[in-house]
Amino acid sequence: MQNDKQLIPHLFRTEYSKITAVLCKLFGIAHIELAEDIASDTFMQATETWGLKGLPENPTAWLYTVSKNKAKDYLKRNTLFTQKITRAIQNDQNEWYELEVDLSSKNINDSQLQMMFAICHPCISAEAQIGLSLRILCGFGIEEIADAFLTNKETINKRLFRAKEKLRTEEVKIEFPKIKEISKRLDAVLITLYLLFNEGYYSLSKNTILRKDLCLEAMRLNYLLVANPNTNLPPVNALLALMCFHASRFEARTDQHGEPVLYDDQDVNLWNQELIAKGEFYLNEAASGNSLSKYHLEAAIAYWHTKKNNTPEKWESILQLYNKLLIIEYSPMAALNRTYALARARDKADAIIEAEKLNLSGNHLYFSLLGYLYTGANNIKALENYRIALKIAKSDADKASIKKQLERILANK
Amino acid sequence: MNEFTLIFRNDQNPDVKFSPEQMQGVLQQWRDWMGGIAAQNKLANPGNRLGWDAKTVRPNNVVTDGPYAEIKEMISGFIVVKADTLDEATEIAKGCPVLKMNGSVEVRSIIPTNM
Repeated sequence: MQNDKQLIPHLFRTEYSKITAVLCKLFGIAHIELAEDIASDTFMQATETWGLKGLPENPTAWLYTVSKNKAKDYLKRNTLFTQKITRAIQNDQNEWYELEVDLSSKNINDSQLQMMFAICHPCISAEAQIGLSLRILCGFGIEEIADAFLTNKETINKRLFRAKEKLRTEEVKIEFPKIKEISKRLDAVLITLYLLFNEGYYSLSKNTILRKDLCLEAMRLNYLLVANPNTNLPPVNALLALMCFHASRFEARTDQHGEPVLYDDQDVNLWNQELIAKGEFYLNEAASGNSLSKYHLEAAIAYWHTKKNNTPEKWESILQLYNKLLIIEYSPMAALNRTYALARARDKADAIIEAEKLNLSGNHLYFSLLGYLYTGANNIKALENYRIALKIAKSDADKASIKKQLERILANK
Repeated sequence: MNEFTLIFRNDQNPDVKFSPEQMQGVLQQWRDWMGGIAAQNKLANPGNRLGWDAKTVRPNNVVTDGPYAEIKEMISGFIVVKADTLDEATEIAKGCPVLKMNGSVEVRSIIPTNM
């Protein structure tokens, strides 16, 4: 019983998402709130009952039975609603049948996959897609979502409400896309999973446990796609590989006070070799077919970062991967990283010339990069750039890491 | 931002064969140059390299082998860049590796067509 405190929130989170997906699939997207309400009611009852009588033998089965009964009760009480949705479900079938809530693991997986496609619908913004994914597919509480986005509950509630309203008015169907359309629809799903993972990995939130959970949830959803033969496609594997490689450094990238530890200062012994091996497996799986997605390139870059030794081959490969990545899709982050790789693969003087063309003077990382490039050759210029970076950096973590660099240069003078 | 096409020309001699290392070196120069343009968010289209095989069609179905015989420099490829002015696009062209092979870059403004 001593683990109840940890077990229950976790159980609630995973089971909430499963029950909601199955019920929502059954009722249709227009009744998404009804599905959520029944799931929430179930957990309310669980908290009360379990608090008095202790945990049942099989908590999951208990939750499923109670939620099924609640769904049936609701349908009995609301015959109008029942007739409306059973008619929709029945379609051409002649016989009326009792609505069956199917909480088998196969139907749970199918429902969650279909929900994923419904939520990642282009009619709602990426931010709303991530928020809804966190709520509906991952079972996070509104407060946790607000914490992850560094905002308040009201903002998240409003955002989710508007998104659900939109899915309703657009009459988005909860179904598996047609085979021909999968790869197109999959793009939006992968972007959401990518952003969901990044939200956890790069979030400024100090809640490291929550951030890790966000990443693990993105990986779990990505794994659902890999486990289904229709969606087990090269970019899906590449994205999962990317997540595995990044996640392998979870333990090494923050110290015991929750402060970030830069890549070069990390203890390699804390890198998770099992996740690195998994990443390599999925990267190999991603190598079939002839499409090269940005996930392939980012995964390959992340692969090289799992090698601590700074061989010339490592940095030349990273540089060429960034070249390709930028040609596919520009981003300021990739431009800065490419210039850093250029300095490591060739020399800092070349990189300074390229850095000055980047036109990213609003970005503190740009000045940090220049600071790094000038360090050694011209420390006065290095300090100058790091000081500008310090002035425009916003988060405390960024400021702290810039200060560390400034101190390093001053100590070497 | 306007778009400009950079057209590469060089004296293509199919008899000159590069060693794998030389080829690697040439490719690396191109990748670095294009990566550098893309890092400035000025690459609109990575374009294509053009092959050796060529035929030219003239009026009355007259077909000859190869490109225009009177132009010694053959077009070997093109890319499209984003720049405010022709001068800025020309500045980008100055880094092109084709120049090291005694080739040239023609910088042309693009007129969008609405068909």
